[in-house]
Amino acid sequence: MDLKDLAEKLALTVFQPMGNFDVAVTDGYTGDLLSDVMGNAKEHNIWVTCQTHENIVAVARLKNLAAIILVNGRKPDDTALAKARDERVIILGTPESAFAITGALAGLFRRK
Amino acid sequence: MKTFRADLHIHTCLSPCADILMSPLNIAAAAKRKDLDLLGICDHNSAENAAAVAEAAGRLGILALPGLEVTSREEVHVLALFDGIEAALSLQERVYAHLPGENDEEAFGFQVLTGADDEILATTGRFLAGATELSLEDVVRTVHSLQGLAVASHVDREGFGIIGQLGFIPDNLPLDALEVSRRLTIEEGRSVFGPGRPIITGSDAHTLEEVGLAATSFRLEAGTVSEIGLALRGLGERRVLG
Repeated sequence: MDLKDLAEKLALTVFQPMGNFDVAVTDGYTGDLLSDVMGNAKEHNIWVTCQTHENIVAVARLKNLAAIILVNGRKPDDTALAKARDERVIILGTPESAFAITGALAGLFRRK
Repeated sequence: MKTFRADLHIHTCLSPCADILMSPLNIAAAAKRKDLDLLGICDHNSAENAAAVAEAAGRLGILALPGLEVTSREEVHVLALFDGIEAALSLQERVYAHLPGENDEEAFGFQVLTGADDEILATTGRFLAGATELSLEDVVRTVHSLQGLAVASHVDREGFGIIGQLGFIPDNLPLDALEVSRRLTIEEGRSVFGPGRPIITGSDAHTLEEVGLAATSFRLEAGTVSEIGLALRGLGERRVLG
């Protein structure tokens, strides 16, 4: 499923749109310990987190993740937003919890 | 110039996770037994017991610097150390204004405010075990604006350590030093975390037995935060000895 479809299906807010919405999202990964995400997220995964620090952009870029979804209505820090624009890392958001949005994502991927 | 054996990361009975026996008189006596010259009193998100410990330690000829171990929004622990209690209380004021929640003693433990003679004054209901709403950058900036030192706590630990929480240390974050836990020596810390930032160690004592289990020796003119700052930068003959 491409990122554009996925963002529409889950009604995600777009905080930072510069980047590739046509990428085929392979799976999801959920975590707030960035060291763990660096170790375990896979290329073109979509990443669910409550962390808003600018380091999320570097981690997404390093692991070539499809996008970041911030949960619980959180917004990216200003520095994170600026960096994401420069690095073309798409940042999305949802008022839902990490559990709820991860469940919804799992439903989309497992149904396919 | 003198050598100071310093344990700059000690909790008191104000931290909910610390032993109730971590009182000013007991900490001072434990520090004396361990031949420490200089202490940092850093409770979670609070400096309310720091002056009492400084007074108790002072009677035994030991200096105790006031500080806090602040939990940032990213759940990174940062030690903040100051030369005067006023500066520590200024940071505390900002922390308290951004620290939501209430303590549940059954779940997290007691938070006991004491005087210098171990008299129990009160317990506090603030959620000291919680995270503040302050970003890491905000915490470090505020500490520096109050002429304090900002040290990333136990960087080798996954939980609440800066690297565990954030994957790596942001280049532009002006930390004064990194603290390694007592699992590593300072030498090991330098080889793991690189030459770029000064490394210290501290016990992170939550019980009396842990006081001084890790200590950093400094070559200083006096046991102050400003002198430690010089030592961390290797200026004016001040040094981190190991």
